[in-house]
Amino acid sequence: MSKRVLMKGNEAMGEAAIRAGCEAYFGYPITPQSELTAYMSKKMIEEGRVFVQAESEIAAINMVYGAGAAGKRTMTSSSSPGVSLKQEGISYIAGAQVPAIIINVQRGGPGLGNIAPAQGDYFQSTRGGGNGDYRLISLAPNSVQEMADFVMDAFELADKYRVPAMIVADGMLGQMMEPVEFRDPVSLDKLPQKGWALTGKKGRDQNVVHSLSLGGTGLMEHNEKLKKVYEKIEKNEVKYEETETEDADVLIISYGSASRACIGAVRKFRKEGKKVGLIRPQTLWPFPFDIIEKRAKNTKKILVVEMSLGQMIDDVKIAVGKETPVEFLGKAGGWVPTRNDIINKVNEIL
Amino acid sequence: MKCVFKKTESMTENKTIYCPGCHHGIIHRLVAEVIDELDIADRTIGVAPVGCSVLAYDYIDVDFAEAAHGRAPAMATGIKLPQKDKIVFTYQGDGDLASIGAAEILHLANRGYNITTVFVNNAIYGMTGGQMAPTTLEGQKTATSPMGRDIKIHGHPMKVSEILAETPGAAYIARGAVYDPANVSKTKAMIKKAFQNQIDEKGFSMVEVLSTCPTNWGMSPLESQEWLKENMEPFYPLGVKKDIDQEK
Repeated sequence: MSKRVLMKGNEAMGEAAIRAGCEAYFGYPITPQSELTAYMSKKMIEEGRVFVQAESEIAAINMVYGAGAAGKRTMTSSSSPGVSLKQEGISYIAGAQVPAIIINVQRGGPGLGNIAPAQGDYFQSTRGGGNGDYRLISLAPNSVQEMADFVMDAFELADKYRVPAMIVADGMLGQMMEPVEFRDPVSLDKLPQKGWALTGKKGRDQNVVHSLSLGGTGLMEHNEKLKKVYEKIEKNEVKYEETETEDADVLIISYGSASRACIGAVRKFRKEGKKVGLIRPQTLWPFPFDIIEKRAKNTKKILVVEMSLGQMIDDVKIAVGKETPVEFLGKAGGWVPTRNDIINKVNEIL
Repeated sequence: MKCVFKKTESMTENKTIYCPGCHHGIIHRLVAEVIDELDIADRTIGVAPVGCSVLAYDYIDVDFAEAAHGRAPAMATGIKLPQKDKIVFTYQGDGDLASIGAAEILHLANRGYNITTVFVNNAIYGMTGGQMAPTTLEGQKTATSPMGRDIKIHGHPMKVSEILAETPGAAYIARGAVYDPANVSKTKAMIKKAFQNQIDEKGFSMVEVLSTCPTNWGMSPLESQEWLKENMEPFYPLGVKKDIDQEK
C-alpha cells in the first residue's frame, strides 16, 4: 500500500490502471470523465506506455480491441453517450474473448442529456449493451477508494475469464476528491501469459482473434462456451456490502453515488431505533440475487434507490419475487436523491 | 535439382471461397509472397475487417485479427503500438475503408504510424450483394443505384489514394491493378515497398489495388477485366501518388 493521497475519482482510476499494468490506454474527451484521459496523457507517456487520443470513441474501443488482442492490458474510458458509441467494439471484444477494461463515468441521458451524475446506463452495463448474447463484468464503486481498487480488480477479472469488464461510475464519483490508498503496482513481467494473443507466430501455429462463425453449429457452440464462462463468474465473483441488514424491517438496495445518501439515512434511523438496513451491490453483473432473496424473506419492505427512473429495480424484483413489496425512489436528469428524500420515503412506507 | 518455383509458404492449403474472376485471390498471393520474401511471417499480424476478405486468415498463414466494419486501422493501431517490432497490416475493401471506415483510415495516415494497408477497390460492396460504394463510378448501376450513380444524389466517387497522399504522415501511397502479368508484377513491387517501409519505420504506407467483382457487376470474368480497364482505370489512374523517398 502507498500512503494516503487526496485525489479526484477520475484520476484515481487512471493511476490504478497504471498500477494494474495497463500498457495501452485509448481515450476521447467527454465530460465528466475528461480528467482521466488527461491524467493518462501525461502518466502513460512518462511510463513509456501507449497513450492515444483517438479520433472517436468508436476508434478508441477498436484500438483497445487491438491492444487486448495483442495480449496487453488495455483500457478506455468515457461517459454515457460515448459509451453508447463503444458498444460495437465491446460486442466484438466479448465475442472474441479479449480481456479489456471500459470505464463509464455516467451522466444524464438519453441522448446528449446533461453532464450531471446519473445511473441511467444500468441496463446497458448489465445486459451486454451491444448486439448478441454476452455479458460484461460490471463493477460499481461508491468512493474514490473503491474506484482505485475496482479498476485493479477489473484487470485481474478480465484476464482470468477473458471477458471485458466495466467500471460503472458516475459524474459525482468521477469529480469528487477523497483520500485514497493505492495498492502496490503489479510488475509488468509478472502479468499472465496469453498463448492465444497476436504476437506473431514464431515457434507456434497461427493465432486468430475473431468473433465471426459462419455455417453449421459453430456459433451456437461458441455461445454455449461463453455461457459457461458467465455461469462461473456468476458463481464466483458476486460482490456486495451489507449495512444493518439482519433485522431490518425496511431493506434499502442502492449502488454507486446513490448509496452514499442511503448509508446516511440508515445511520439516522438506527439512532432513532428504527430497523432500516442497506444492501449495496458492488457488482451489478453478476448481480447479488442470493443475498437479496435471503434478506427479503425477513424484511417487511424493500426500497430501491437509484439515480434513474428504475433500472436495477428489475433485478431486485427478480431476486425478491412477489412476497415482499418493492418500493422505489429514483431521480433522473442528473439529480441525486438526498438523505432527506430517502428518510421521507422510508417513513412513508414503514 | 534446382528449384525454380514453389508454393508460396505463407499461403495455406485452403481453397478460397472467392467467386471466379475475383481478384482477391491474386492480391492475397502477392501479400503472402511479399511476407515470405521479406522473411517476416513469424512477426506479422494481419487485420481483416468485415467484407469478402474477412476470412483472409484462412488463406494467409500469419497471426490475424478480424475487425469490425471499417475499424481495421484502429485495431491495427492497438496491435502495433505496444509491440513495435511486429509488422502489422490491414487488408480492406472500398465499402469498408472509404465509407464506414473513412475516419479511421484518414487518422491512421495522418498519424503516420508504421502500419501497412492493402486497399482493394472494386467500386462496389461485394459481400452484401453489390450495393453502391463511395468508389462507385458516376452512372454505374448497382443494387442501390439501379438507374446508375447520380452524383447529385450520391455525391462523387472518392479517390481515396489521392486524398490520403495529401496527409503529411503518409510515407507511400500507390495504386496498382492485377488484370495482367505486367500489372501484377508492378503491384507486387508496390506492396513490397509498403511492407519494407514499415520494416524501415518510414511511416504509413498504402497500396490501393483496383479489382473486379464479376458476380455483382453481372459480367463474366473476362468482361470484368475489360470493364475495369475501360472504366475504372481512367478515373482511378495507376501509379505512385506519394513517396517520401522520391521527395528527398
